[in-house]
Amino acid sequence: MTSLSTLTIADARDMLRAGETTSRRITEDCLGAIAEAGALNAFVTVTADKALAMAEAADQRRANGDDADLLGIPLGIKDVYCTAGVRSQAASHILDGFTPPYESTVTARLWDAGAVMLGKLNMDEFAMGSSTESSTYGPCISPWRRSGDTASITPGGSSGGSAAAVAADLCLGATGTDTGGSIRQPAAFTGTVGIKPTYGRCSRWGIIAYASSLDQAGPFAKTVRDAAILLGAMAGHDPKDSTSADLAVPDFEAALKGDLRGKRIGLPKEYREGLGAEIDALWANGAAMLRDAGAEVVDISLPHTKYALPAYYIIAPAEASSNLARYDGVRYGHRAALGQGGGITDLYEKTRAEGFGPEVRRRVMIGAYVLSAGYYDAYYLQAQKVRSLIKRDFDEAFASVDAILAPATPSPAFGLGEMQGDPVAMYLQDVFTITVNLAGLPGISVPLGVSASGLPLGLQLIGQPWGEAGVFDAALALEQRADFTACPERWW
Amino acid sequence: MSIDTDTVRKVAHLARIAVREDELAPLAAELNAILGWVEQLSEVDVTGVEPMTSVTPMALKRRADVVTDGNRQADILANAPDAREGFFTVPKVVE
Repeated sequence: MTSLSTLTIADARDMLRAGETTSRRITEDCLGAIAEAGALNAFVTVTADKALAMAEAADQRRANGDDADLLGIPLGIKDVYCTAGVRSQAASHILDGFTPPYESTVTARLWDAGAVMLGKLNMDEFAMGSSTESSTYGPCISPWRRSGDTASITPGGSSGGSAAAVAADLCLGATGTDTGGSIRQPAAFTGTVGIKPTYGRCSRWGIIAYASSLDQAGPFAKTVRDAAILLGAMAGHDPKDSTSADLAVPDFEAALKGDLRGKRIGLPKEYREGLGAEIDALWANGAAMLRDAGAEVVDISLPHTKYALPAYYIIAPAEASSNLARYDGVRYGHRAALGQGGGITDLYEKTRAEGFGPEVRRRVMIGAYVLSAGYYDAYYLQAQKVRSLIKRDFDEAFASVDAILAPATPSPAFGLGEMQGDPVAMYLQDVFTITVNLAGLPGISVPLGVSASGLPLGLQLIGQPWGEAGVFDAALALEQRADFTACPERWW
Repeated sequence: MSIDTDTVRKVAHLARIAVREDELAPLAAELNAILGWVEQLSEVDVTGVEPMTSVTPMALKRRADVVTDGNRQADILANAPDAREGFFTVPKVVE
């Protein structure tokens, strides 16, 4: 019998409502799949006892007449989310053993909705990376491989564990976070659906901070419908995050029609520069699908696109250097052993040298430099002005289009180790996703095809602020036409 | 603007990250590669452009200035690598 872990959330919901299965059975199948998938290193903490207790509680709630959408649905949670009583360390050595006494707002909302926690998922250290190789738990491996090749492929990053776990059917859905593409790039690399909502749609409270003006929570799922169901439960105003929007959360699932008649979709011409033939063809294919769904597809211009990455690599490290100042070896996590006569500064410097990996160290130092006296105007202030121009580009484009179709990544997934040693080459992975974070917009990655090498490829739809419902609807139109049914061949 | 090993030493101290002497030169090269690449921002004409302070046009909410939480000493100290008698400990800072 097929494992119940392969179900979509929507199908599991139907079966649970019809009494054809129980949360306990689905949860057991997920735990079984996780136990067999150690080679992927996607789950870094498995909360089996907690999962079974939550599943039984969900089944009890159902027996008492509750039938909420996520009731009894087992999920994986990115390690960057604080989960009460469960190790949460953003895949960093500096947070070794950190066990929060509190629950992040987003995960608390999921548990209130009846979802079941299977455990914590691998990621790049502090969400800084595009390959999940900088994790203190070791790299996460994609369930996908190139045709006829056994080399390990990255699931992308930073939410690589979330993407790999959903793609390998270890869970029905997962949470991620996206600061520069950390949901959309791994989703594209693994044939899953991932959405970064509008900045402020989800509370950041209890999510270990990287760059606070860019960080947003979002879901990974097997289908657009599942992503809509998950985001509906994760989103909403939270008094504990002053940047979370006090706006009603629409019923994203109810808005799914897949009919784009009367809609205009823009293709940014700047995204064509240097684009490979395979992604270019995929993009043209996606545009044809949107036309088939009734949309008018037009060229648009986002003139400051090429400056988005350099602006990001000033703004994000600057915010990171400030956010990560809290890791001092005093209040939580790793603390360095000092020699005789070592003082408080030695404690900070040694603890942070031991606790941070090379990429985190680079970004914290870049951040400290661009914020330091004499360089603030040239770097940080200039980057914030360029950020205003990038946002203005989108505002002007959205005067004439409803949404934007763009590539999600410049290539299919790369092999483990292939991008090591050149930080800037790794940064270029996010060239199509990073503009969306700088402008605070919603963006979704939808699987659309398979590369010549046998790896999944995705496209990205970008919407106006608070326009997630329209983004989901256009994504559904793509999903219906792409009929993406490829799945990784089981090797693990 | 290229940075030398003295600047790396200074920045490392600002960031409170110990860097060994033999790591300074390789780190300077890495940081220069990144800074050289972000340098292209200087060619953007930003005349009359305000720096972004908030990505969504929202006024930050205020709340009443009242205590909403507290009396959680045990929770707060639970993760400390070295807590004693209800306090965090640090190396001696006052002679």
